[in-house]
Amino acid sequence: MASVCFYFQVHQPYRLRHYTIFDNGPDYFDDNKNAQVCRKVAHKCYLPTNRLLLELIKAHEGRFKVSFSITGVVLEQFRNYAPEVLATFQELAATGCVEFLAETYYHSLSFLYSPSEFAAQVQAHKELIRELFGQTPQVFRNTELVYSNAVAETIERTGGFKAILAEGADHILGYRSPNYIYRPPNTQNLKLLLKNYRLSDDIAFRFSNPHWSEWPMRAPKFAQWINAVNGNGFTVNLFVDYETFGEHQWEDTGIFDFLRCLPEEVLKHPDNNFMTPSEVADAYESVDIVDVPRLMSWADTERDLSAWLGNAMQQNAITQLYSLERAVKRSDDPDLLEDWRKLQTSDHFYYMCTKWFADGDVHKYFNPYNSPYDSYINFMNVLDNLSMRCRAGRHRHQSQGSITTLLPA
Amino acid sequence: MRIRTLMLGWEFPPYISGGLGTACFGLTKAMDRLGMPVTFVLPRAKPIRLVAGTGEPVGSESADDPLHYAFRHVRLRPVGAALTPYASAGMVGVASRHASGLDRFGLDLEADSHAIYGPDMVAEVHRYAEKVLQIAETEEFDIIHAHDWMTYPAGVALAAHSGKPLVIHVHSTEFDRSGEHVNQYVYDIERHAMHVANRIIAVSNYTRNIIISRYGVSPEKVEVVYNGVDGHGAYNGGGRQAWPAKTDKVVLFLGRITMQKGPEYFLYAAKKVLEKMNNVKFIMAGDGDLLYGSIELAAHLGIGHQVFFTRFLRGDDVHKAYQMADLYVMPSVSEPFGIAPLEALQHDVPVLVSKQSGIAEAFRNALKVDFWDINEMANKMIAVLRHPPLHEMLRVEGRKEAFRFRWEDSAARVNEIYHATLGVA
Repeated sequence: MASVCFYFQVHQPYRLRHYTIFDNGPDYFDDNKNAQVCRKVAHKCYLPTNRLLLELIKAHEGRFKVSFSITGVVLEQFRNYAPEVLATFQELAATGCVEFLAETYYHSLSFLYSPSEFAAQVQAHKELIRELFGQTPQVFRNTELVYSNAVAETIERTGGFKAILAEGADHILGYRSPNYIYRPPNTQNLKLLLKNYRLSDDIAFRFSNPHWSEWPMRAPKFAQWINAVNGNGFTVNLFVDYETFGEHQWEDTGIFDFLRCLPEEVLKHPDNNFMTPSEVADAYESVDIVDVPRLMSWADTERDLSAWLGNAMQQNAITQLYSLERAVKRSDDPDLLEDWRKLQTSDHFYYMCTKWFADGDVHKYFNPYNSPYDSYINFMNVLDNLSMRCRAGRHRHQSQGSITTLLPA
Repeated sequence: MRIRTLMLGWEFPPYISGGLGTACFGLTKAMDRLGMPVTFVLPRAKPIRLVAGTGEPVGSESADDPLHYAFRHVRLRPVGAALTPYASAGMVGVASRHASGLDRFGLDLEADSHAIYGPDMVAEVHRYAEKVLQIAETEEFDIIHAHDWMTYPAGVALAAHSGKPLVIHVHSTEFDRSGEHVNQYVYDIERHAMHVANRIIAVSNYTRNIIISRYGVSPEKVEVVYNGVDGHGAYNGGGRQAWPAKTDKVVLFLGRITMQKGPEYFLYAAKKVLEKMNNVKFIMAGDGDLLYGSIELAAHLGIGHQVFFTRFLRGDDVHKAYQMADLYVMPSVSEPFGIAPLEALQHDVPVLVSKQSGIAEAFRNALKVDFWDINEMANKMIAVLRHPPLHEMLRVEGRKEAFRFRWEDSAARVNEIYHATLGVA
């Protein structure tokens, strides 16, 4: 059996506005730009792809299935800037062929810095998914597939999850194939689904590259590669950014035609089918333990966290941010808490990455700043203001407290 | 083919200030290392004693006199000429009208020249050109390479006289030096040379665009060759100086204090920085026609006690200034390249440069601002002074990047351009 398991990541951060040390309002985010990006990507990717998936799900009468992980921050933005996108996701949910996964609401790296904040964000995201799509997520994926044994243990302790997703990196698998189901050490029931990065990247990165030996790749060829998994695995986990369709790979590359033809080509083989991650977890037993003592992610060739935490500026910014946690939470100021959480979105640290600075590359494409230095300066100015608000809040609380005690009972 | 170059160059440091001499010396040394035969015509203000019959100069004022640099493929031909590319503070003169018989090469020598340039500059330019023609009589060469406007008339004349192709190397244009108030005489010399030259080397795309848009030169003719930086400029001796007391942060401006270098933007930004931080000192090192105006402006802004003017620094004093600095700022209004920030980085000082510079387009590990955006300039100054990780990364990564600007690479590109110009392999 070869089950094709699609998971699409949907995310847009709240980008910061240009914020200097001379600014002092609490309006940190560039609403215009965020709306603009949201609508642009909606037009190029989210709407056409959602409609195509709806069409395919109908045409294949329940045999074509996909799953999504949609961050809380992008869902908020859909609600505000592109409600029609939200509506089409809800239509997809109503087909019964679409599964929604859980992640941190703010697409954060909170797992590394604050267990309680991590738990709160996972819970918040779960509730939002339930509210919007009427289903309770049963599978967890962490921001950027940041994963280790410890993440799996935490998720099992949290409860309610059957499976967790991670990168099918060579250094954890060795000779083993990502096309089987595994389990993390020290867990009882949690299953580990690993990304088939070769086939996933064929779609996400290589699809339109004319220098690739397999170019042009059309659906029949890709289906052949899926067929070859029969007898050598259970599932082909295709985990890709949803923006691959129409945004990273433009329409004129033929990416939509590829997606349109793929289900039919895959289903031509009688032993193939499509499954969502929780169906995969139900259908197959795990074959082995995969031990991941050190953190990894799905990024770059290093598969590590260096794109977010690799340099001194990134380390400094994120440490400073989480050092404000107690003050923010004690302030009892919901706006302050929300701003602080929006600053946790991993993109802010990604913009500070200097790893690829020398050769530009992928990182540049998604970066609203001209340089990682500019993004750090901007972030730190915002953080400076946020920390002043924490202090001001504390003073206000103290003074209010003293006034109440002075008032006659 | 080994192409023999007759180079019309500039006085080497330490005899003049500014980037032009530094660039000529750096490029020529690298051409020498690559084995490119060069005859370098060197204007010298000071009398030079030559060993009889050899053309080799003897004696020198200092040990690092470039005349004693051990060239193997470069021959220096000093000529007495009082050319200086820049005027110093208060040295604003009206060029006199000496004309010497170069009119036949198409230059209007009677042009009136109200100049930021030194007195008698026009006469000097032409005296120099005549001497170059004389020297060239005894030289064998395949190509002529002239650096900046004062050598262009000589290059143009020599090209017409010898029939050899002319390459001009644009280190700055009249628009960089004078903004919109261009000196028509200088502009005409530049424009004429650009149109006559077979190839033009610009030190950045920034300058290339000026050449194309302001001088009407066809783009195919203009190549970009970035400057390099000499490893020898790096100073590794001694620890950080203790003056002013290092509880204070120090922001350094080092360059000519002229309109082109944007000193007033530095001061306006300094004022804004001091609104947020007290413990900052600003050092302005350099001379220029806006020196006194800048001192007055600092006083007028009420920050005179936190801005220090050192005048023009040489040698060890330059190293000391860098040692004290936490940040080097180049707020130039128009900077064709900008070697100074690379030198600052070699001294382990992070840099903030204006976007109106060649270096901004070519360099990543620097902060960049529009020269007029004093709010943003102050914002970035404060960030470097307040956040050690930022300071550290700009310093370490910037230093690494600075050493990648090698004169050998520039010289190799120049060699390719020579070959293309001559149409030889």
